[in-house]
Amino acid sequence: MAEKVYEIDRDQVRSLMAKGAQLVEVLSSKAYNAIHLAGAKNIPLAGLNRETAAQLRRNQRVIVYCADDL
Amino acid sequence: MSARAAWRLASLGFKQVYRYRGGKADWLAYGLPVEGAEAGDPRAGDLARLDVPTCRLSDSIDQIQARLEGSGWDTCVVVNDEQVVLGLIRAEALDENSWRTAEEIMEPAPRTYRLSKSLDDVARYMDQQGTDSVLVTNPEGKLFGLLMRNDLEQARAELEKKRSSRQ
Repeated sequence: MAEKVYEIDRDQVRSLMAKGAQLVEVLSSKAYNAIHLAGAKNIPLAGLNRETAAQLRRNQRVIVYCADDL
Repeated sequence: MSARAAWRLASLGFKQVYRYRGGKADWLAYGLPVEGAEAGDPRAGDLARLDVPTCRLSDSIDQIQARLEGSGWDTCVVVNDEQVVLGLIRAEALDENSWRTAEEIMEPAPRTYRLSKSLDDVARYMDQQGTDSVLVTNPEGKLFGLLMRNDLEQARAELEKKRSSRQ
């Protein structure tokens, strides 16, 4: 099966989170520690690999975000 | 960055991967729940004054002057029916012929900041431009309020004390 990524907006994030989706900020730990979306985990992009991804549940939706232009 | 992260997860076998396009900036701009060391720090939207007078493009100087008189404001924001910011009028521009309209005398496309902008960023802009106020809008460009330098500096001084106590 081909790999797929779904693009979603803010309202869809809230809806999926209410259904148990996992939220992952891929910015640096410094940016994450300063401020992040409530309930998000932090896996910086540079450190995203099989080992770090193991903390995520494969049978549940995963939402990733970045955007540091605050 | 999040696009690459999303595809990396997909390559690792995750079947339900979503990418939140707007990201942290969009979330903050709408005042949604956040966590972290700076989560409670005030931002532009927290300090903006919400009662800044507004007018329409077709309003005359007479009408605008009447609106400002006794209001304590010397600034009027030009908006459309959707409250989208189109221009800014400062008191000095009202000294012209009273038959002119807001559209003719306004400062078009004034710089605006989102509610989530940090106080330090706004202060930097004010210093560079020598201005004493900035408009705060939501991501759709709709007016939220006007942030005054006095309010900003007072909040920054309090924030600095808070930061010092964190260290």
